[in-house]
Amino acid sequence: MSLLSTHGLVARYGLFQALWGIDLRLEAGETLAVIGANGAGKSTLMRAITGLLRTAPEQVRLEGAPIGGLPAERVAALGIAMVPEGRKLFPSLTVEENLAIGAHGRKAGGAWTLETVYDLFPILRERRAAPGTALSGGQQQMVAIGRALMSNPRVLLCDEISLGLAPVVIRDIYAAMPRIKAVGAAVIVVEQDVGTALKVADRVYCLMEGRVTLEGRPADLSRERIHTAYFGAAA
Amino acid sequence: MIWLDTLVQGVLLGGLYALFAAGLSLVFGIMRLVNLAHGDLIVAAAYLILVLVSLTGLHPIAAALVAAPLMFAAGWLLQRGILNRTLGEDILPPLLVTFGLSVVIQNALLEGFSADSQRLPPGDLATASIAIGPVNLGVLSLLTFASAVAVILVLNFILYRTALGRAFRATSDDPVTARLMGIRPDNVFALATGLAMVVVTIAALYLGMRANFDPAIGPARLIYAFEAVIIGGLGSLWGTLAGGIIIGVAQTLGAAINPEWQILAGHLAFLAVLALRPRGLFPRGGM
Repeated sequence: MSLLSTHGLVARYGLFQALWGIDLRLEAGETLAVIGANGAGKSTLMRAITGLLRTAPEQVRLEGAPIGGLPAERVAALGIAMVPEGRKLFPSLTVEENLAIGAHGRKAGGAWTLETVYDLFPILRERRAAPGTALSGGQQQMVAIGRALMSNPRVLLCDEISLGLAPVVIRDIYAAMPRIKAVGAAVIVVEQDVGTALKVADRVYCLMEGRVTLEGRPADLSRERIHTAYFGAAA
Repeated sequence: MIWLDTLVQGVLLGGLYALFAAGLSLVFGIMRLVNLAHGDLIVAAAYLILVLVSLTGLHPIAAALVAAPLMFAAGWLLQRGILNRTLGEDILPPLLVTFGLSVVIQNALLEGFSADSQRLPPGDLATASIAIGPVNLGVLSLLTFASAVAVILVLNFILYRTALGRAFRATSDDPVTARLMGIRPDNVFALATGLAMVVVTIAALYLGMRANFDPAIGPARLIYAFEAVIIGGLGSLWGTLAGGIIIGVAQTLGAAINPEWQILAGHLAFLAVLALRPRGLFPRGGM
């Protein structure tokens, strides 16, 4: 049984249908990349999985159990954590408080604590008392990732974590991925940057206009096929 | 020396206004909800204490300890049952609903207790005083001010040193992202209003022990509370205390010049601060 799966997932905002039957599965310990152009439905998919966008219960399942109808706070408590697009740190909270609040809904202990997150991103230990929003973009992204890890999630969703960051900073952040995976979380990264996505992922899903246009292992996918799946029929 | 006495009395009176305002400030700070029924809730809490006093013969302070958890529950239910439904992008629904609530509370109290003015019997506290140098300080006034300081210390402790306070501030910043952390905003808001109602009970205790009250005086308490919050700067509880003190001092100074000027002087001080510092004295001081 897959750790997390979607089954004919549809989502709409009013009259606009954003997802048209997404079938996706994430196995334990796996890293998935979801790629696609702006408006392909990647963020909507994340919102549907986390419960920020309610769907039919059977359309999202965690270890087979339907969770599509649950509100976001219940989904979070089940062990699905998200690093939201744009980081969304709490401006009234210090770095350390931002991290601590990630553990708010946590029931059991786990490998990730303030100390282990600081070991993962040592710069955050120095800035622990600063307001979260006083940090550089890359450091803020580290706080957002650490905050999600603090819940010791089974599934970590990373929505556009490279957006707006310098390449060297992106490399630093992705350098943390092996340690995150080693602890046992399965990861879904949403990326517009195909190169980065192919490097970290075990499998890739490409979305276009709310549908999966390509799925496979990075090694098996040719440049042309990705290009077509990403932009539509080759011009 | 009369001026020193007036000044000190004004500062102590400011404690009462800070108590009126602290609950209002807390609720506004966390959920951007302006509760127009705040003054009436204070009056309702005073009647609750009065009922407990007459039923049990307890001293009002002991009765307030009983009333506080009841008011917490009432605040929790009010937020969960009604006010949460009014929160959203539009700021008008909470204003309309709490305005309606204000009318309902006033009329229910009028129906239940008549328009006669009431008093919480403070016993010996009413006349006890301490002489400090040339100034005689009423024990009740000192107690009021000390309670205001204690309330603000406790609220600040909760807000900045506890997991609940962290959840309050995070939800205030961004309720959607807070949900991703496993926080239920509707629950957080209900706890905040419950907490505000505990502060309201403390305010009601001193309101009722210091002077007469009747079902119609709520809106005027709301005005003083508002003025204290605005003078202090939205979101700063110590600012709210400073705001209360400014109104209190202005009122006692005004009254010392001419008793008719008491209320007017408080409002003029408010307008003066608003003209000079439109965002208040301590804007964005923390929460």
